[in-house]
Amino acid sequence: MGRAVPPLALVQQVLEGRLTAVARMITHAESGEEACHEALAEIYRHTGKAHVVGITGVPGSGKSALVTRLCKALRAGGRSVGVIAVDPSSPFSGGSILGDRIRMNELVTDPGVFIRSMATRGALGGLARASLSGVDILDAAGYDVVLIETVGVGQDEIDVVQAVHTTLVVSAPGLGDDIQAIKAGVLEIADIHVVGKCDRSDAHRTVTDLKNMLAMGHRNSQGYGWQVPLIPTSSVSGEGIPELLTAIDGHLEALTSSGELEQRRRRIAQTRLLKSAENILRDQFQRHHDRQISELTDRMMSGRTHPHAAAQTLLNQFRSERKP
Amino acid sequence: MKETKEAQTIGNLAEQLEAWEGREVAGFLARQPERKEQFATLGGFPVKRVYTALDVQDIPLEDVGLPGRYPFTRGPYPTMYRGRRWTMRQIAGYGTGADTNKRFKYLIQQGQTGLSTDFDMPTLMGYDSDHAMSGGEVGRGGVAIDTLSDMEDLFADIDLEEISVSMTINPSAWILLAMYVALAEKRGFDLNRLSGTIQADMLKEYMAQKEWIYPIAPSVRIVRDCIAYCAQRMKRYNPVNICGYHINEAGASPLHELAFTLANTIVYVEEVVKTGMPVDQFAPRLSFFFACGSDFFEEAARFRAVRRVYATIMRERFGAANPASMRLRFHCQTAAATLTRPQYKVNIVRTALQALAAVLGGAQSLHTNGMDEAFSIPTEEAMKIALRTQQVIAEESNVANVVDPLGGSYYVEKLTDQYVQAIQAILQEVDARGGTVKLIEEGWFQRKIAEDAYETALRKQSGEKPVIGVNRYVEEEEALDLEVHPYGPKSAERQIERTRQVRANRDEPAVQELLGRLKAVARDETQNILPVTVELVRQGASMGDIVETLKQVWGTYRETPVF
Amino acid sequence: MQAPNTQPIRVMIAKVGLDGHDRGVKIVARCLRDAGMDVIYTGLHRTPEEVALAAVQEDVDILGISILSGAQMTVFPRVLELLRGQHGSDIAVVGGGVMPDEDVVELKRMGVSEVLLQDTPPQAIVESMRRLVRERGPR
Repeated sequence: MGRAVPPLALVQQVLEGRLTAVARMITHAESGEEACHEALAEIYRHTGKAHVVGITGVPGSGKSALVTRLCKALRAGGRSVGVIAVDPSSPFSGGSILGDRIRMNELVTDPGVFIRSMATRGALGGLARASLSGVDILDAAGYDVVLIETVGVGQDEIDVVQAVHTTLVVSAPGLGDDIQAIKAGVLEIADIHVVGKCDRSDAHRTVTDLKNMLAMGHRNSQGYGWQVPLIPTSSVSGEGIPELLTAIDGHLEALTSSGELEQRRRRIAQTRLLKSAENILRDQFQRHHDRQISELTDRMMSGRTHPHAAAQTLLNQFRSERKP
Repeated sequence: MKETKEAQTIGNLAEQLEAWEGREVAGFLARQPERKEQFATLGGFPVKRVYTALDVQDIPLEDVGLPGRYPFTRGPYPTMYRGRRWTMRQIAGYGTGADTNKRFKYLIQQGQTGLSTDFDMPTLMGYDSDHAMSGGEVGRGGVAIDTLSDMEDLFADIDLEEISVSMTINPSAWILLAMYVALAEKRGFDLNRLSGTIQADMLKEYMAQKEWIYPIAPSVRIVRDCIAYCAQRMKRYNPVNICGYHINEAGASPLHELAFTLANTIVYVEEVVKTGMPVDQFAPRLSFFFACGSDFFEEAARFRAVRRVYATIMRERFGAANPASMRLRFHCQTAAATLTRPQYKVNIVRTALQALAAVLGGAQSLHTNGMDEAFSIPTEEAMKIALRTQQVIAEESNVANVVDPLGGSYYVEKLTDQYVQAIQAILQEVDARGGTVKLIEEGWFQRKIAEDAYETALRKQSGEKPVIGVNRYVEEEEALDLEVHPYGPKSAERQIERTRQVRANRDEPAVQELLGRLKAVARDETQNILPVTVELVRQGASMGDIVETLKQVWGTYRETPVF
Repeated sequence: MQAPNTQPIRVMIAKVGLDGHDRGVKIVARCLRDAGMDVIYTGLHRTPEEVALAAVQEDVDILGISILSGAQMTVFPRVLELLRGQHGSDIAVVGGGVMPDEDVVELKRMGVSEVLLQDTPPQAIVESMRRLVRERGPR
């Protein structure tokens, strides 16, 4: 046993779209192991073709069902789809139960749809650490559209905006203070607003409420001439899905024709840079400074130092060690 | 005068109890502590060292009452098993209709007094035997029924006016009911003399057993249609068997089993009442099905309790006036989840104790599990022992000679009362949270069940819940002397061939015309779906034809699982 | 704090066929998660085709299939065949549910790595999963 294939050896197969290679490469990316970076760099050179769409919204708003419908609609139009579905990890054990597969049931025998579940493993912002590498891999493997479905905690999903071309914010009736919940920040990040579950009788109220809130705000028209649409949908009946697809395509077109796409690409690149730097730092800390962290924590506990001073000490040690 | 005397007695008792604890008990504890600090029932109710008249002094005597009288705590009928004993109803079903017919006749010959049919998964889920989803499951865990002609085989030479027939089936139940009606009419039986039940309890499917086809609303409507149809045409037939059994098997605590079952009951009654039918016209035919687990006194007590709560609901909440509408009658099955693979013969003993508790709890009919059911469906031999177990209880033990012999036990009466209060508290919570259907959609019940199941698994692992042969008295690898029920793939082939033949020989335009009408009926919620279904099965329409047609109207159900 | 480079074991828990008994799989999913694994639950009523393709896309270490309908001798050979066809044969297939001992022996002969039946304590399930991944080695 143990005939491990080095990541770099898989790149060619990923570019050819071989299922097992794509799947394994995402696993390597998730592991964050040293050996995968060279391969991911190679893959990164082949990205940029896919339309990357982020889907966010409070839990229970029907994101997964919407993703299913979107996949079907894209497939019907002859486009292939990659999906990265992010679920939270347990803060206690680090493990997770990833349940998004469930709603995507009619798709899973269609090889034109690649669905991958990812656990956050403590990452904040609604994405898992390897989510964006996952997007690269699916992009390079030739999927026409890549959808990222975020955790959906509702308040803290800003990361996705910094990493995709088009952001959908999903709300739904019957979630109690749903509008209130998404108000804080999340509402403003939408390129397209979607109201799910419009087969429900109380949906029109959600639509009206949302329209009023958007009218009060100022970001319903964006700088490059894009009017943020609000699209009522039903994943049960399929109502609104063609309109949503048209809006998604329309948004990419608006980005392209206005030159905003380049701005977004730059923003995405910068996000990736900063996220990577953050990850490297965090890893190095965890790998090499466990002892110092523990000692400094002890000192804080006994009142001999306070957080800011302890952090300074830690960083100074870190810097001095990193000097050549 | 009398009151003062009684109060003095109770007062004395309290003093005596205190003295006893200080002297006898304390002395004993000093020498030998008890096995545990805190004892509790399997359902989690704390249990005291001893119960006395003090524990029941607050329970009004009329809450205990008399058998066959409101609130029916002591039994639904005044004479109980002194008149007719409970129905011994062993479930059976495998292979084709003809295969199961043979097993039915065997069981009748062995002294069984009612029939109970187990269907294979494709039939339960509404797929024909030749559907792609049916692969490997045709005739496996039960009998395969696709068309009326299978039903004719299943009940060949069995007098349906004489023996009651229970059919354990849910999302596709109304089609089986339609077949049963069509069959009975064809053989010249009087519909009003047929007795038995279809299960047709859809809400517990969404909660626990997870057999479904359509979304909740049309599923509940079908249940309503079955109840209304039978109330008008089949006066001895139970159109629904409202189940706690599967809720229990899915892991729910004994308390949750009862409370959730009654929560579902409330929905069904509300739905039928909404059609304008008076509650007393259909409520007497509502029947129930519970599991009987291992905690002997708790099981007996909770069956007494659920009768009392049900009676109250029917009278107070729904304004029933006929006592028959208020008396809860139930079928009971010993809990399959308690059966073990290791030392599987011990299952005979487990099952016997559970069956005894069910009888002391006042069950109307009983299924005892086969000792080999942790391996596969039971063999004929296992079924016979299971049936004999009931016969020993019924005929040798003399427990059936006194009505509610546990009545008046301080412990059992107290536990009964605690169960009554706990069930009522949960029902109030369900109401306050917006009702059963809403809570099913939110996964509220499902989450509670999953919690209970997980807790039980941990308690078994730690040994806190003893299971002989599993976490106590474990033996190394046993030599296997077990013969399992054989499965003949040939019977699946025969079944598929048969269904194809029925389809080839029927009047296709007539079937298509009826399927069109079926859709129209489905779209009109005020209509009853049964009559057109009866016509369809008579014309040779298969279960799959009917189910797939309605999927076009109603769509299908998809669950968001909770853990 | 979790070390950054330890990959949690990925397990897909699947219900194949028509039976809806999910008490066992839910307990298993929960205890694997609590042991730090990533668990992908497929939901009920899956086909072997759906499960095999999903397991490959998710690149799981272990595919656990629970069957209480008696269809094990149809389902497992089909899943193993599909996995081989999709180059997913390094995924360990584990069975669970209610089945006779002779089927257990036969399934193991066919290539099912482990069969965990009713009453297997949660901790023993966790240990089996870890052992299977350890025995497979890195990939």
